[in-house]
Amino acid sequence: MFGKLSLDSIPYHEPIIMSTVAVIAIVGAALVGWITVNKKWTYLWSEWITSIDHKKLGIMYFLVALVMLVRGFADAIMMRTQQAMAAGGAEGYLPPEHYDQIFSAHGVIMIFFVAMPMVIGLMNLVVPLQIGARDVAFPFMNNLSFWLFAAGVVLVNVSLFVGEFAKTGWLAYAPLSEAKYSPGVGVDYWIWALQISGIGTTLTGINFFVTIMKMRTKGMTLFRLPIFTWTCLVTNVLIIAAFPILTATIALLTLDRYFDFHFFTNDMGGNMMMYVNLIWAWGHPEVYILILPAFGVFSEVISTFAKKRLFGYNTMVWATLAIGVLSFIVWLHHFFTMGAGANVNAFFGIMTMIIAIPTGVKIFNWLFTMYRGRLEFSSPVLWTLGFIITFTIGGMTGVMLAVPAADFVLHNSLFVIAHFHNVIIGGVVFGMMAGYTFWFPKAFGFKLDEKWGKRSFWFWLVGFYVAFMPLYILSFYGAVRRMQSYANDEWQPLMIVAWFGAVLILCGIACTAIQLIVSIRDREKNKDVTGDPWGGRTLEWAVSSPPPYYNFAHLPEIHSIDNFWEDKQKNQGKAQLADPETIEYKDIHMPRNTVAGPVMGAFSIVFGFALVWHIWWLVGVGALGMFAAFMGRIFNEDIDYYVPAEEVKRIETEHHKQVEMQA
Amino acid sequence: MREKSYLRVLGAVLLAALPLLLSGCSSALMDPKGQVGEEQKVLIITAFALMLIVVIPVIVMTLLFAYRYRESNKEATYKPNWAHSTAIEVVVWLVPCVIIVVLAILTWITSHSLNPMKPIASEDGKETMEIQAVSLDWKWLFIYPEQKIATVNELAIPTNTPIRFHISSGSVMNSFWVPELGTQIYAMAGMDSQLHLIANETGEWQGKSSNYSGAGFAGMTFPTHSLSEEDFKAWVQKVKDESSKTLSFDDGYQELAKPSEDVPVQYFSKVSPNLYNNILNSFRKGISDEHGETGEQEHGERMSAEAAE
Repeated sequence: MFGKLSLDSIPYHEPIIMSTVAVIAIVGAALVGWITVNKKWTYLWSEWITSIDHKKLGIMYFLVALVMLVRGFADAIMMRTQQAMAAGGAEGYLPPEHYDQIFSAHGVIMIFFVAMPMVIGLMNLVVPLQIGARDVAFPFMNNLSFWLFAAGVVLVNVSLFVGEFAKTGWLAYAPLSEAKYSPGVGVDYWIWALQISGIGTTLTGINFFVTIMKMRTKGMTLFRLPIFTWTCLVTNVLIIAAFPILTATIALLTLDRYFDFHFFTNDMGGNMMMYVNLIWAWGHPEVYILILPAFGVFSEVISTFAKKRLFGYNTMVWATLAIGVLSFIVWLHHFFTMGAGANVNAFFGIMTMIIAIPTGVKIFNWLFTMYRGRLEFSSPVLWTLGFIITFTIGGMTGVMLAVPAADFVLHNSLFVIAHFHNVIIGGVVFGMMAGYTFWFPKAFGFKLDEKWGKRSFWFWLVGFYVAFMPLYILSFYGAVRRMQSYANDEWQPLMIVAWFGAVLILCGIACTAIQLIVSIRDREKNKDVTGDPWGGRTLEWAVSSPPPYYNFAHLPEIHSIDNFWEDKQKNQGKAQLADPETIEYKDIHMPRNTVAGPVMGAFSIVFGFALVWHIWWLVGVGALGMFAAFMGRIFNEDIDYYVPAEEVKRIETEHHKQVEMQA
Repeated sequence: MREKSYLRVLGAVLLAALPLLLSGCSSALMDPKGQVGEEQKVLIITAFALMLIVVIPVIVMTLLFAYRYRESNKEATYKPNWAHSTAIEVVVWLVPCVIIVVLAILTWITSHSLNPMKPIASEDGKETMEIQAVSLDWKWLFIYPEQKIATVNELAIPTNTPIRFHISSGSVMNSFWVPELGTQIYAMAGMDSQLHLIANETGEWQGKSSNYSGAGFAGMTFPTHSLSEEDFKAWVQKVKDESSKTLSFDDGYQELAKPSEDVPVQYFSKVSPNLYNNILNSFRKGISDEHGETGEQEHGERMSAEAAE
C-alpha cells in the first residue's frame, strides 16, 4: 500500500533533525495562523499563488531562494563545525551517515534552490520591464515553471523528515548513486526533486528566450538591449541547450535504479565515465547560467552609480556570447584525472583558459566604466567592487585548475572547494545581493536600508576570505573534499579559522534579514515615489515602483541603449512625465491568472513523492492530477481580458499625482 | 573618510593572509618528494606568477579607480558619455590573450611531459617496478606482482625507482593519491588506469582516496613508505614472514571486498598472479564472451590492455 514507506522512515532518533522539524512546524503553524486570523488566504491565492504577473513570480522566486539560503547555510555551518572538530581520530558530532547527506544537500540546495531561483527571480522581475513588454511570452508557463520549481524545493525539504537525502555528493556520481551502492531513497529524492524543478527551469529558458526575441519594444534592436537582458538572453540559450542533458542523464540513472538497466553500472556494459561526462556537459554550462546574469547586474549597477555609460557595450555583448559558446566545450576539465590522453586533456585545458579572456575583458570594462565616472558608494556598488577583486582571484585559481598537469594534484582537494566558492560567492552571491538591493525598490516601492546592507556586505566579504583562504592552504597539505574526519591534527587550526569565517557569513545573512525587517518598518521614509530611485538608465525605471500590473500604459519607443537616461539629461535630469489628462489611453490586453499552474505543481509533489517511495497507485494519482489540470487549462478559453482604458487612466493619474506632490 | 576605512580593512585582510600563504611553503605540494611532484610545483608557481601579471593590476586599478572617481571628488574628470576607446579595448583584449597563449603552450607541453601514462626514466637506469592498486569499500588493496605479495592500507615503494601503478576499483569510483609524489588518478571498476610515479627521497607520507566513495571514505588513507633498496627488500620479507595469509579472487578477495571502515593494515604473503585481472574481468560480464574468473595469466594481460583503451 505504501511502498517502501513506513513509520520507521521518520528519523525519530536524530535529535538535530527532530528539533529542526519542531522549529519548522512551529514557524509554519504560526504563519498559517497569522494568515488565517488576518483572512489573507484569498489574497494569497488570487494575488500570488495563481498570479501570472512576472514581477510577482520574480518576488516569489527570490523569497524562496532566501529561505533556502538559510537551509543551505545551516548545512554549511554544520559541515564547518564537524571539520573543525573531527581531527586526529576524533569523530566530531556528525557520523558519516549524516555528514554525507549534509554536504550533498548543501550543494544541491545552494545551486538548484538558491542560486538558480535568485537568477530566475531577478530575470522575471527585470527582463520584461527592461525590454518594454507587458509580460512574458507565455505567462501561464511562467507560473507553471515556478510551481514545478517549488515542488522540487518541497521534495528536498521533505527528504529531511521522511527518509533521507542522497549521500552521494551533489552530482550523484555513478556507480555510487546506483541501487547497488545507494539502496536507500536518498538518491531518489535527488532524482525527482531535480527532474521536476529542472523541467520548470527548461520551460523558463524557453519562455524568456522567446520573450526577449519577440517582445522587445519598438526601436529596441538586439544591440540596444540593456546589458542585463543580454546576459539573461545568453543564459536562457544555455538553459535550453544544457538542461535537457541533465534531464536525460537523470532519466538514464532512473532507468538504472528503477528498472535494473545498466547505463552507468559497474558491470553488464555500464559505463560510469559516460555519467560523469554527461553530468558535466550540463554542469559546466550551468556555472555560466548562474554567473552571466550576475555579470549583467554588475554592469547595470556600475554604470548607474558611476553615472556614466557602460564602457565597451559591444565588447561586453561579444564577450558574453563568447563565454556562452565556450562554456559547452570545457566540461572535461572537471575530470582530467580520469585518464584521458594528453591531447584530450590539453585541448580541454586550453579551451578553459580561453574563457578567461572574455571574462578578463569584462572586468576591465567595468573598471573603465568607473574611470571618469562619479561613483556613489551605495551597497550595490560595494558588492560590485567586492566582486571584481574576489572574482579575479577566483578566476586565477580557476585557470590553475585548468592546467591538467597542475590539476592532477589540485583536483578533488579543498583547492577546488575554495575555488568554486571563490567564484560562486564572489560572483553569483555578490551579484544577486547587488541585484536584490538594486531592484528591490522597483518591486516594492521603497529602498532597502543602506546601513544594514553595507554591514551585510562587509560580513560576507571578510567572512568569505576567512572561510575559504584556509582551504586553499590546506589543499596544499593534501586535504581533500568531503572528509567526515581526518587524522591530521595539524590541519585543525586552519579548519577552526574556516569555521570562524562561516560564522562571519552567518552574521552577513543575519544582517540581510535585519535589513529586510528594518526596511519594511521604515518603508515610508525610504519610499520611492518616482519609480527611479537611483537615476536609472533603462526602461524599468521609467515606470512607477511597483509598476502597474500592465507595466507600461503605452509601450515605449527607444532610440539608443541608454534612452531613458538621455531623455532625462535633456530635461534637467528629470523624467518627462506627460499629464495623464492630455493622453489618450487604450484598452490593454492582459492574461488571466491560472489555477492550473499551482494545481499541477501540487500534483507533481505527489507524483515525485510517490515515485521516491515506490507507491505506485499514488504515482497514478499524481500523474492523473497533473494531466487533468493541464487538460483543464488547454480547454479553458477564458484566459485573457482587457484592462479598460479608464482603469489605466485612473492608475496613471494616481502615480502622476504622487510624483507631482513630491516634486 | 568612508573610502579610507575600506582601504584599511582590505589592507588588514591582505596582511592577515600573508603568513597563511607563506605557511604553504612546507606543504606536500610545495615540498614534494618526487620528480613528478617537483615538476608540478614549478608548474603551479609559474602559472600563478603569470596570472599575477593581470590580477595585481586589476586589484590595484579597482581600488584606485573607485577611490579616484568617488562621487565626492569633484576634481576628477567626469565624462558621462565616454564609453569607448579603441586603444584601451586593444590592450584589454591583447594582454589576457598573450598570457593565455603562454599558458596554453605551457599546458600543451606539461600535459604531455606529465602524462601519467608516460613511463619515467630513472637516473641510474633502474627498471620500473609494478604495483596494482585496487580501491575497495573502504580500503586500498595493493598487489605487488613481482614480489607476489599484497597489502591492505599500506604502500611501500623503493626510493629512486620508477613505479608503474595499475589502478582499478572493486567497487565505486575512488582516486589514488599520494600528495607528496604528485599526480592522482581515478580508480574505476573494470578500468585499468596507469600512473607513473617516483619517490626521490625516503620518508613516510599519507596516501589517500581523494574521490568521495561513501560512508567509509574518510578512512581510506594509507601510509606510504619510501624505502631504500635494502629496506624495501626487508619490508617485503617482513610481509612474507608476518603473514601466512594468501589471497586470490575466489579465496579471500570476496571476503576482503565486503564493505568495512577504518581497516587496519593487513599483509598477504602469497597472491594469485591473476588477482588483478580477475578483479577487472569480474566487471566485464555481459560485454563480450564470458572469460571466466580464473583466466590464464596472458589472457588476463590482454584484457587489462583492452580495458585501458
